[in-house]
Amino acid sequence: MWIAMLIVFGFVISVIWTVFSKGMKAMSWDMISKLPGGGFYIGKEGGFLNAIVGSLYIVGASTVLGLIISIPVVFFLNVYLKRDSKLAYTARMAFDVLFGVPSIVYGAFGFTIMIYFGLRTSLLGGIIVITLLIIPIFIRTMDEATRNFPGDILDASFSLGATRWETLRVVLRQIAPGIATATLLSIGRAIGDAASVMFTAGYTDSIPTSLSQPAATLPLAVFFQLQSPIPEVVDRAYAAALVLTVIVLILSISSRFITNRFSKNKI
Amino acid sequence: MVRLYKTDNMQKTRIIKDKTAQAVMFALTLISILMVVVMFVGLYLKSAPVLEERSLWRLLTSSEWRPMKGEFGFLPFIASTLWVTFVAILIALPISLLTAVFLTEYAKSYVKKFVFPALDILAALPSVIYGVWGVLVIVPWISKHVAPYFMDFSTGYTVLAAGIVLGVMVIPILVSLFIEVFSSVSMELRESSLALGATRWQTTKKVLFRRTYPGIIAATVLAISRAMGETIAVLMVCGCVIGIPNNFLDPCYPIPALIANNYGEMLSMPMYEAALMFAALILFFVVLVFNLISRIVLYRLEKRLGS
Amino acid sequence: MIEVKELNVHIKGNHILKNVNVTLPEKQITCIIGPSGCGKSTLLRTLNRLIDTTEGVKLEGKVLVNGQDILSSDADVTDLRRKIGLVSQRPCPLPMSIFDNVAYGCRINKMFNKRRQLVYQVQKNLKAVGLYDEIRGRIRTPAARLSIGQQQRLCLARSLAVEPDYILADEATSALDPISAKTVEDLFVSLKEQYSIIMVTHTLRQALRIADHVVFMYLGEIIEQGPAEQVFHNPKEELTQKYLAGAFS
Repeated sequence: MWIAMLIVFGFVISVIWTVFSKGMKAMSWDMISKLPGGGFYIGKEGGFLNAIVGSLYIVGASTVLGLIISIPVVFFLNVYLKRDSKLAYTARMAFDVLFGVPSIVYGAFGFTIMIYFGLRTSLLGGIIVITLLIIPIFIRTMDEATRNFPGDILDASFSLGATRWETLRVVLRQIAPGIATATLLSIGRAIGDAASVMFTAGYTDSIPTSLSQPAATLPLAVFFQLQSPIPEVVDRAYAAALVLTVIVLILSISSRFITNRFSKNKI
Repeated sequence: MVRLYKTDNMQKTRIIKDKTAQAVMFALTLISILMVVVMFVGLYLKSAPVLEERSLWRLLTSSEWRPMKGEFGFLPFIASTLWVTFVAILIALPISLLTAVFLTEYAKSYVKKFVFPALDILAALPSVIYGVWGVLVIVPWISKHVAPYFMDFSTGYTVLAAGIVLGVMVIPILVSLFIEVFSSVSMELRESSLALGATRWQTTKKVLFRRTYPGIIAATVLAISRAMGETIAVLMVCGCVIGIPNNFLDPCYPIPALIANNYGEMLSMPMYEAALMFAALILFFVVLVFNLISRIVLYRLEKRLGS
Repeated sequence: MIEVKELNVHIKGNHILKNVNVTLPEKQITCIIGPSGCGKSTLLRTLNRLIDTTEGVKLEGKVLVNGQDILSSDADVTDLRRKIGLVSQRPCPLPMSIFDNVAYGCRINKMFNKRRQLVYQVQKNLKAVGLYDEIRGRIRTPAARLSIGQQQRLCLARSLAVEPDYILADEATSALDPISAKTVEDLFVSLKEQYSIIMVTHTLRQALRIADHVVFMYLGEIIEQGPAEQVFHNPKEELTQKYLAGAFS
């Protein structure tokens, strides 16, 4: 068992060390503050600001959209529906399945939708697909936090004459840490997902100025540049990988921090 | 409405608000649930052209892949997917099972303090990072240290490389599922075994595993479905050579990699798009079935052991 | 006055309450006694229709509160629940400050227009349960930091703040330490001048101490009901006699 544990740690350290040692070498301020210049892909000037901004656009927008859609769903499942209702069971099952659907399938599906509506690869397409991808994560994580929510509190609120809608306030307050964790988890998944945006957001060297323009993303910046035969370009892939890893690590650590800390009013 | 105590408009607005919210939320919930159906139908419609032309059986069992001629045999890709998944699970299962047992049955709380964040990190890392790691560490390792024992030369981009990378990726998923399954076994049950003089390991074997084996299997199935759909990391280390792998040092070409690699050209050839969408449909269908079965098993188990 | 007529409750095919006919008098403490699992809590949860949140419930019969049937489909459940307060077995403060806990019900029911009135209402009810002096200066701190006994009194204050006619108490003292339990029990006695209190209890001695009216239930049926004096000292039914004598509990 200790061996299993050591292997797990070994993997973690190996992955992190690889990314950091390779990435630090190629890392520079230019990388994260400049757009790709002319001849960037044969090793000339520039950085991958386009990918960073593109990722932020997509992740930001889909996180907001995801929250708007999932909070009502979670609330409906837990407060409006009766405890252990059939619909809630079916819904949870559906979200479990959606959670398991590979991102490449989301990508393919998103692509067909986009063609159906006559859209080209664009920021909008990326946002839509990433939103679809993270909704199940949002719902599952928040649902878990809400299901542990003591039914007594609901009863208490109801018996003071509150409607279910008014009880939302109480529930929201109680599951705030759950929402925060879910958000961080979703952002982590959204920012790292490459397979789905490949089809839908495309790739570009500039920062998109409208929803219909394609957008670059960090994972794809890693992926594409790594395939280059030119060593300088490959190095940049490592730098991009480093940026991505750092972002994800921060998200992961802070979500654990939140679950431990953020429970002042919690019972 | 029978007003019990007092009548005023405020009360009415409150109830209307409540009902409106209910309707909106119900609609949102329903739409999200229907996503499963919509995805299936959407992918099916898109892959219909290729299904009309060739029989399902032929698509799945032929190994002829010539998009230019309209020949789409998925066997090499299916076989690759199975190979890679098999290797990944072979690596991940023992490690995850032991880790989970350790964490639930043996570990002191300060050990957990280190292990959980480590697993968090493993779970959080994006697949492209695993891909980079695979390319930089695993592939050269296989090429230099493993392959020479078995053959003259290998690039390292093999089933084994993809399997290892994928295995590491599913470890955190498996561990967290196992922990969930194990913690549904009540403390009393363990204590009653320990009280009879059984050692911890005996208790683990006789009580924990026996009570939860459906859960262990279900969790593994879930991890398998996860592994099957993983794209970028596998794509980066699998070699992408079309053909049925004969051993774990052959290159391979799993379904997700196929879709991801060819999305650019798929509009330029007739039927190609339909064929790729069919690939996505296969993935979706397998994942759907695996998920449903294992989730039902896990729910049942939780219920049975929970009360 | 609450009258329950021919009430039958089925939950998932189990017949939980069988032909229940009960009259609950006003401005008195009614104790519902009986062995655990006899349907006391179900009866209580039917009275304010919290039972609606349980899956697979079928209700038949009538529950008349002040002459109106609350089980009819057009009854206003929200307003009903405001008029019938509930104190549950385990105290459950809402995840907010002490002040907000008590103010919560007043706010959602928009009982007051001025903040001054709201503050007064909160203070009045905290005083009524004897918490006001104990928590002076801490009124803005999270309610979860109070002791269990204080939390239970807070829950009571919270129920009183929405000015109910009835208070339902579901074994409200059983999770408390003996001293807090005594405080809460005394509170109920002092409140019966203004409110009609319906208590579920399985400690017979508590019922003996405080009940004015007693309802004895067994396996979902009402065995006997009447003034406390009569039920305790002169029970008509054999089952009641046995229960009081401690033959089963």
